Amino acid sequence: MSNLGVLVDAPILIVQLVVSGILVGAIFALVAYGMALVWGVMNIINIAQGEFVMLGGYVVFYLDRAGVHPLLGIPIAAAALAVLGAALYPLVIRRLVDRDMFVSILATFGISILLQQLADQLFSADIRTVPSHVPGLSFDGGLISIPGIKLAGFVAALAVGGALVLFLRHTRIGQAIRATAQNARAARVLGIDTDRVYATTFALNCAICGAAGGLVVMTWFVQPYLGLTYTLRSFMIVVAAGLGNLPGVIVAGSALGVLEEGAGFVLGAEYQTAFIFLLLIALLIGRNLMLARQRKYLQ
Amino acid sequence: MTTSTAPGVAPSTPAVAPPTRGRDIALLVGLGALGALAPWIAPHIVTQAAFLWLMILFAVTWDINGGQMGYNSFGNVFFFGLGVYACALVQRDSGLAYYPALFIGTALGGLVAALGALVLGPAILGIRGHYFAIATLGLSIVAADLASAWEYVGAASGMTVPVFPGPITDRSRFFYYLLFALAAITFLAARALLSTRLGLAMNAIRDNEDKAEAMGLHTTRTKVFAWCVSAFFLGAAGGPVGNLVGFIDPRDLAFAGATFGVWMVLMAVLGGKGTLWGPVIGAVIFHVTQEAFWTYLLGWQRVAMGVLIVVIVVFFPTGVAGWFARMRRRNEAVAPTAVESVR
Repeated sequence: MSNLGVLVDAPILIVQLVVSGILVGAIFALVAYGMALVWGVMNIINIAQGEFVMLGGYVVFYLDRAGVHPLLGIPIAAAALAVLGAALYPLVIRRLVDRDMFVSILATFGISILLQQLADQLFSADIRTVPSHVPGLSFDGGLISIPGIKLAGFVAALAVGGALVLFLRHTRIGQAIRATAQNARAARVLGIDTDRVYATTFALNCAICGAAGGLVVMTWFVQPYLGLTYTLRSFMIVVAAGLGNLPGVIVAGSALGVLEEGAGFVLGAEYQTAFIFLLLIALLIGRNLMLARQRKYLQ
Repeated sequence: MTTSTAPGVAPSTPAVAPPTRGRDIALLVGLGALGALAPWIAPHIVTQAAFLWLMILFAVTWDINGGQMGYNSFGNVFFFGLGVYACALVQRDSGLAYYPALFIGTALGGLVAALGALVLGPAILGIRGHYFAIATLGLSIVAADLASAWEYVGAASGMTVPVFPGPITDRSRFFYYLLFALAAITFLAARALLSTRLGLAMNAIRDNEDKAEAMGLHTTRTKVFAWCVSAFFLGAAGGPVGNLVGFIDPRDLAFAGATFGVWMVLMAVLGGKGTLWGPVIGAVIFHVTQEAFWTYLLGWQRVAMGVLIVVIVVFFPTGVAGWFARMRRRNEAVAPTAVESVR
């Protein structure tokens, strides 16, 4: 808690925390948007979301070892994860559409355990990181410094998000995805192959996670067990923003980034996970209490 | 999105139907005799057998709120962890002799866990459906983080329990019987609870919470009470398990969300959630499979566990009990349709 005093003495550091939080929040928002897409279109909460991020990070890490520039590794990671998603869809995910949501939570939880244990066996439990080779910025005599990778990550996250919006608006399959999200039955009546729509949506989500994972391994690090925190961050952002609300997702992502940077600075990094979970529980209880006044509940 | 009802669960029928009572009691007596004699039949696997009773207790307590009430919790292992630590602290700090400290610690573990459910219940049980599932997912992880940072309970390096006063074979046998007794009491308590009005109220909440409330049931009170019952037995099991293992690790034993926390859900689903015997059957099948994995797939057992989870959930969502029920319905369906066609 002693760091709280530091913040009072040097308020300029607050600016640093806020800027840094907004920048990393874009990466959280990216993963959350993927989750919202799958949730909205297929009515599945994907608990393995964070594991896809983790795997994307490993792809970039091993490409970097093979001599590929990490920024170039990001699209490759996205493509690799899209292949994984396309493979998982017919095996498992197809059977979860139209089922009780508890079944999808439990099944994707199983996938998440499977992927993290595989990663532990294949890549070892060591923490891996990749140097980004992006120069940083600094203002106000070095008091505020922005690592280049956080800025690059921010830009890349916005670029992927923008591309996604254009894809959903202007391509035929993108329009089919939005139609299915609105009413799957009507979409089927109108001749849309909803099975293909679901497969595309899931692969697209995996690709988004793969790209985000590349940014994560450059900004921080990856290890086999970091998935669940990303899943819960996404869930939290989606619950706060609502489904199909891109500006809301970005705002909620930034807010979460700022809160986490602040909490990490004040409480110390070892409480970061506990902080995220407590925030999630508080958010759910808070929203529920607000709805309870109108005799409604989260659904 | 539908919430509050849990599809995949058999429609609300009283858990203990009168015609099956005789078979029920025969099963109970048979299992009881087997459990009492097991250490003499198979003395070299007493510890694994003790864990089998623990798994049965896990599945049955989970099913009280997960299967019967429709509140699918991923965080019930939190209560188990509270019990583990409460008992270990009594044994370390109370200054009592071994056995009094153990028994008081076990009882206190149950009470502390039930108190935890009583405090957290009203707020968390207000959240419904999958939101509840994910809110509880965090409980055990937060607790594990806090326990690994708290010096008083040994922080991340864990706690050791006092040495058992007696030979090592007596030790595992003693804890075997303790866990066997706890599992048996838990099962009988769950069975008794489900045959009362309260059990019916829990089923009503599962089937349609709004209607249950509109009919005048105190839904919040019922939900919190059921969670407390579940927590009490989980907490009581914590003490003996901590002592059986001998070393308390906050992440791998007490608040083991990724193992015990998920397993209890899985065992209940595998056997058939919302049924009386389903969780017991599921726990037995699961534990035997898991022991086989540990023996034959060294290093890859956790990967295999992930595959098993997906397979169980995707292909056997109604579990063994659901399969039996379908078979029975199919056999019974023959007679009525014959009558129907005559008419």
